[in-house]
Amino acid sequence: MVSSPSSGRTVAIFGAASDIAMAVARLCAQAGDLLVLVGRDDAALSALAADLAERGAARIAVQKADFGQVAALPGVVQAAWERFDGIDVALIAYAIQPDQPAAEQNPAAAEAALIVNFVSPALLLGEIARRCKAQGSGTIAAITSVAGDRGRKSNYIYGAAKGGLHRFLEGLRHSLHAAGVSVVDIRPGFVVTKLTAHLDRRGVLWATPDRVAKDIFEAIASGRPVLYTPWFWQPIMVAVRGLPRWVFHRTSF
Amino acid sequence: MSELWRDDYLSWGRTVRARHLVSNPTSQALAAEIVARSPSVLAYGCGRSYGDAPLNPGGRLIDCRGLDRIISFDGQTGVLTCEAGVRLADILAILCQPEADNGGWFLPVVPGTRFATVGGAIANDVHGKNQHRLGTFGRHVSALELARSDGTRWICSQNENADLFAATIGGIGLTGFILNATIQLQRVQGLAVEAEDIRFNNLDEFFSLAAESDAYWDYTAAWIDSFAKGRSLGRGIFSRARRIPGCAAWPPALQPRIALPPMPPISLIRPFTVWAFNAAYWRKSSFRSRSSNTGSYENVFFPLDAIADWNRVYGPKGFFQFQCVVPPPAARDAVADLLRLTARSVQGSFITGLKTFGDVPSPGLMSFPMRGTSLALDIPNRGPPTRRFLAQLEHVVMQAGGRIYPAKDAAMSAASLRQGYPQVGTFIEHIDPGFSSALAQRLALTSATR
Ligand SMILES: Cc1cc2nc3c(=O)[nH]c(=O)nc-3n(C[C@H](O)[C@H](O)[C@H](O)COP(=O)(O)OP(=O)(O)OC[C@H]3O[C@@H](n4cnc5c(N)ncnc54)[C@H](O)[C@@H]3O)c2cc1C
Repeated sequence: MVSSPSSGRTVAIFGAASDIAMAVARLCAQAGDLLVLVGRDDAALSALAADLAERGAARIAVQKADFGQVAALPGVVQAAWERFDGIDVALIAYAIQPDQPAAEQNPAAAEAALIVNFVSPALLLGEIARRCKAQGSGTIAAITSVAGDRGRKSNYIYGAAKGGLHRFLEGLRHSLHAAGVSVVDIRPGFVVTKLTAHLDRRGVLWATPDRVAKDIFEAIASGRPVLYTPWFWQPIMVAVRGLPRWVFHRTSF
Repeated sequence: MSELWRDDYLSWGRTVRARHLVSNPTSQALAAEIVARSPSVLAYGCGRSYGDAPLNPGGRLIDCRGLDRIISFDGQTGVLTCEAGVRLADILAILCQPEADNGGWFLPVVPGTRFATVGGAIANDVHGKNQHRLGTFGRHVSALELARSDGTRWICSQNENADLFAATIGGIGLTGFILNATIQLQRVQGLAVEAEDIRFNNLDEFFSLAAESDAYWDYTAAWIDSFAKGRSLGRGIFSRARRIPGCAAWPPALQPRIALPPMPPISLIRPFTVWAFNAAYWRKSSFRSRSSNTGSYENVFFPLDAIADWNRVYGPKGFFQFQCVVPPPAARDAVADLLRLTARSVQGSFITGLKTFGDVPSPGLMSFPMRGTSLALDIPNRGPPTRRFLAQLEHVVMQAGGRIYPAKDAAMSAASLRQGYPQVGTFIEHIDPGFSSALAQRLALTSATR
C-alpha cells in the first residue's frame, strides 16, 4: 500500500519463513525491493507474501524448495534467478538446531544436521557465487552463528557446521573480491525465534528478530564482511576465542 | 511445536506472578490446533492490560506475537484484514502514512498505548480520547474469526454468528481465540493534530470544559492533581485535540525513545515523589493557563509510550490501576468522593485521568464505556492497605450505579462485576469451556456448559 520509491533491488531469501529472514524481508519490503521467497512451507510463505505486499514490496514471488535435497539445489537457484531476471542480494537463512546429546548417539541425526547446516548452504552459495561472478555484481549474505566461533560440548555439531560456513564464506569473499561481489557473514547471538523455542530465553543476551534484522539489513547495504549482532557479541566472542584451552575446558556452557 | 513453562509473562501492573505453559504459534492454523487440544488456555497479546485479564496461572498461554501478518488492505475503502497479533503501532507505521494531500487512513480508535494488539483491543473493546465521537474499537470491527476449543472456527460479524460476535467484543479473551479481524479504518484529511491544554481549578470547571469541548473537539481527556483537596478538589489540566486538514504527521518510531534500566529493587513511586510529580505537573503551565501546539499525534495519544517499561518504576510489587465510569446524575458527587478518598489515602495516584463518555453504543455485551464520567487512578501496591483502599473506591462506584473496567482491574469482586454489567448472564453462555484466566477465576466467569 505504502508507495515508497522502488530501490529496484531484487532480493532472494532462502529459508524465508524463518523468523529472522521474515523480519529482514519486511525491511526490504519497506524499501520497495523485489522479493523472491524460497522455503519449505508454502502456506507460511504465501501468508508472508501478502503481508510484504502491504508493506511496500514492489513484486513478490514465492518458491517451494527442500534444502535437505542437495541434488535439487542448482535447479532451486536457477528458478530463483529467473523470477525477476537476476538477483542483486541473496540471503541464506535456513538452519536446523539438532539436539546435541541425541545426535551424538544417532549418526543419522548428526548427518541431517551437517547437511542442512553446512553441505546444503555451501553448495547453494557456490551456485549463487558462479552467477554473481558472471554478472560482476551482487551481495551474498548468509546467517551463520556465534556458535561457529569455538567448539563447545553443548552444541559442537551445529557449531562445526556454522564454523565450516565461516571458512567457506571467507574463501568465497577472497575469490569474489576481484569481481566486485560482496560476501557478508552474519553471526547472530541468542535470538528469540522458533529455532530457540526450546531454550530458556531470559537474560540480557537475548535479542529480538527485529533488532537483528535491522543490523543485517544495514550490513547487506554496506557489504560489511563479518557482522556480529547485536554488536556486543563481537567483544564477547573475542574473549571466548581468546580463552586458553585449560580455562575453556572448565566452563560448562 | 515446543512449549515452555515460564514465569516471565506478566501484565502491565506486575502484581500477579505465576507460571504459564507458553506456546508461540507462528500461523493461525497452529494457534487453532493448540486451542483445540488444551484444557485451560488463554491468549496473551502484549500484556498491556494492567490487571489479571491476560494471565492464566498454572495454565496455558498462547503468545499472539507470531501472528503479526497483514492479510489484506484496500487502499480505496480502508478495509484492513490482519492476524490478531498485529500491534496497533504496526498498523500505524505501515498503513497510516500521509498520502499526497497529507491526509490518509487512521485507526478510528486508539487506547493510550499503541503497543497493544488487535486481538487485545477487541477482547477489551478499548476506547480512546474520542470515545464521545466514535465509540469503542469494536464498533469498527466488521468481522473476526474465532477458534474454539472444540476444534471449530467461526466467522463472526453483525450478521453472521452475531451472538458470538457481541460476546467476543469486550469478551476478555474468554469466548475463544481471535485468529484474525477485519477493521474499517477512518479516512482523515490530515494526520497531524492541533492540541490545547487548559488548566482548571476544580471539578465544576472540568465539567463545563468537557461539555463545551466535546462538541468541537474530537479528542478530549483531563489529568487531575490527585493531592488537591478542599476548594481545589479535582483541579487539573484539560487536553483536547482535533485534526488539521492538509497537515501531515509521520507515524512514531516503532521503538520507544527512552529505555529504563532493569527493575529497580524498590519502588521509585513513594508518597513524596507522587506528590512532587503532581505538584510539578500542575505548575508546568502555571505561567499560562492555556497552551497549544500542533503536529504529531504521538504526544497527544500516546504520551506514556515514550518511555519503555515505565511500569517498572513501581518496583517489584507493581501497581494497580482502577478505572471506573459513573453515570450522569451521580457522576459529579461520586467522582468528588473518589478523589477525596484518594487525596486522603497517603497513597496518592501518580497519574490520574478523567474523561466524559458519550452515549455512542458499544457492540459488545461486556463493553466498558457507557454514558458518564470515567476516572482512572494508578495506585502503588503496598499490600493489604492498598486492597482496602481499592475496596472503598469500588463501594463508591457501586453506590453510584457505575462499573469498573476489567482491562485495568485486578481487585473488584464478582458481585460488582454482576452489578455493573447486566448482560453478564448472556455473556457466560458464550464462554468457551476450554478457556480460563486469573480474572475469570476471580470473578467466577466460567462456561455455562462446563
Ligand atoms: C499506557 C497504557 C494506556 C492505556 N490506555 C487505554 C485507554 O485509553 N483505553 C483503553 O480502553 N485501554 C487502555 N489501556 C489498556 C489496553 O489498551 C488494553 O488492556 C488492551 O486490551 C491491551 O492489549 P494487549 O494486546 O496488550 O492484550 P493483553 O493485555 O495481552 O490481553 C488483553 C485481553 O485480550 C485477550 N486477547 C489478546 N489477544 C487475543 C486473541 N488473539 N484472541 C482472544 N483474546 C485475546 C487476552 O486474553 C486478555 O483477556 C492502556 C494500557 C496502557 C499500558
